[in-house]
Amino acid sequence: MTAAADSPPRKRPFWTIERRDAAAGYVFIAPQLIGIVTFVLIPLGLVFWYSLHEWNVLANTFNFVGSANYQMLLNDKALPQVLLSSAIFSAGLVVLNMSLALLLAVLLDQKLKGIVVFRTLFFSPVVVSLVAWTIVWSFLLQNNGGINGMLQMIGVEGPNWLRHPSTAMLSVVVVQVFKNVGLNMILFLAALQGVPKELYEAARVDGAGRFKQFRRITLPLISPTILLTSIITIVGSLQVFAQIAVLTQGGPGMSTTVLVYYLYQQAFQFHFFGYGSTLSILLFVIVAVLTFAQWQLRKRIVFYEN
Amino acid sequence: MKTDLSPRMKIGLYGLMCVLLIPFVFPTWWMVTSSVKPISDIFAFPPDLWPRRFDFTTYQKVFELQPFARQYWNSAYIAALVTIGTMIISSMAGYAFARIKFPFANTIFMIVLLGLLIPSEVTIVPLFQMFLKWGMINTHWPLILVPIFGAPSVFATFVMRQFFIALPGELEEAARVDGLGRFKIFWIIALPLAKPALGAVAIFTFLHSWNLYLEPIVFLSSTNMFTLPQALTQFTDAYGGAMWNIQLAAATMTAIPVLLVFIFAQKQFVEGLAHSGLKG
Repeated sequence: MTAAADSPPRKRPFWTIERRDAAAGYVFIAPQLIGIVTFVLIPLGLVFWYSLHEWNVLANTFNFVGSANYQMLLNDKALPQVLLSSAIFSAGLVVLNMSLALLLAVLLDQKLKGIVVFRTLFFSPVVVSLVAWTIVWSFLLQNNGGINGMLQMIGVEGPNWLRHPSTAMLSVVVVQVFKNVGLNMILFLAALQGVPKELYEAARVDGAGRFKQFRRITLPLISPTILLTSIITIVGSLQVFAQIAVLTQGGPGMSTTVLVYYLYQQAFQFHFFGYGSTLSILLFVIVAVLTFAQWQLRKRIVFYEN
Repeated sequence: MKTDLSPRMKIGLYGLMCVLLIPFVFPTWWMVTSSVKPISDIFAFPPDLWPRRFDFTTYQKVFELQPFARQYWNSAYIAALVTIGTMIISSMAGYAFARIKFPFANTIFMIVLLGLLIPSEVTIVPLFQMFLKWGMINTHWPLILVPIFGAPSVFATFVMRQFFIALPGELEEAARVDGLGRFKIFWIIALPLAKPALGAVAIFTFLHSWNLYLEPIVFLSSTNMFTLPQALTQFTDAYGGAMWNIQLAAATMTAIPVLLVFIFAQKQFVEGLAHSGLKG
């Protein structure tokens, strides 16, 4: 800046406020951008490159095979089951999670004494260590565990929850719903509290009942929150791993082997890094398509944008 | 929906909420009480809601079977570093994307947002190879660097950006007229106002790091380096059977401190999340 004072007056200094600002902007975002390039974009390129290779770490082979891994993907007899398990898990989780979250949020939005205590307790599993929470449920769901013990007391013979194909997936979904439904509950509650009270007053004057008020006023007004939480929940559901590893190890059979678990098995248990990378690409495509589809839905379904 | 409820309605709602609470609260109760039961009572019928006999040696055995104090420290210091690092990186980036005009800002923001589409699970194979090449396998570096700089921090940056966009600009304009540079404006004016969003980011980030499971089992191989989630699954006997009461004692020690912090600070916790710009 001092140099500028010496130069002829019509020449503007190089470091104008705008330029200094732009420089500051780059400095501010640099760590994040470098991090994304290093730990996300380059690995994404690499994972695609790997997926074109037959790569067995134990045998120390790394051969270019073109689309062979993708053909293997199409012919993989286990894959339809894996995708089905993933779809059942994600769909079950999203439906149960969103509806329970909405129900709890509506309950917590009522004028009741001590409601904060309930809010705290419903939220509490969110802060309990994920693996600790899963271990307790695993303990509860054992054949001779707490849940079957209590069922037996009222004369009901409970199934072997985690070892029976028809109940294992249900168990995994339910454990995960109770763990994290508190997050969506809080976001819904905040959205409910943001709905202007006058609208309800007006609707009541017009003779609309509680249910109608909920459908015609509440739901449309909180639809942006519903969309956002559903995206977060679906993408999160595709990343489920610890719960499967602790509760069922993908079993019985392959009934709870979701895509990430299958990918882990192929890459890190069987050391097929090439095919594991192909499965990674598949996971990426699924996440991208789902996110894009939901983003498109936003234009059609979401009623209210602020 | 806030209207005055009839007393009968109130009782009904309390009853409904108490029933709904069972699956949220009972597991924690069962974890704590079962962690002090002797192994012979662990599957007793009928189930004991309160231990009929106590065996506190389970807590001692946790430390004998695993270097549990060390593993606790590993998880704690990694989570602390990741939380602080993410708060710095994401508040700076979020501020710049929201407030500073610079060429290609939108393009760069889109590139960064790609991180939301590419969870670490997708890139776990190349990340493993990269850290192998850098000699960082069986160190904590992958668990620190990837969350702070990689995909998990993008969500934090997004939250911070949403917050800064909504912030009124007058204070900053006044500071600029007074000749303050960007760094000072950010540090003295914007950041103190962003405490609620920073709080939400801190909570999310801490829990994410604290719960990380796939990454530790991929990157770490020696028990001294293990983090808590990984250590918790190691309490098995010679035949691979779970030593439930000891495992539950370890789980209790992992879960309860965070739970207590949450209960004392629940107001800040919940309201931080609720007002973090995530409302959509």
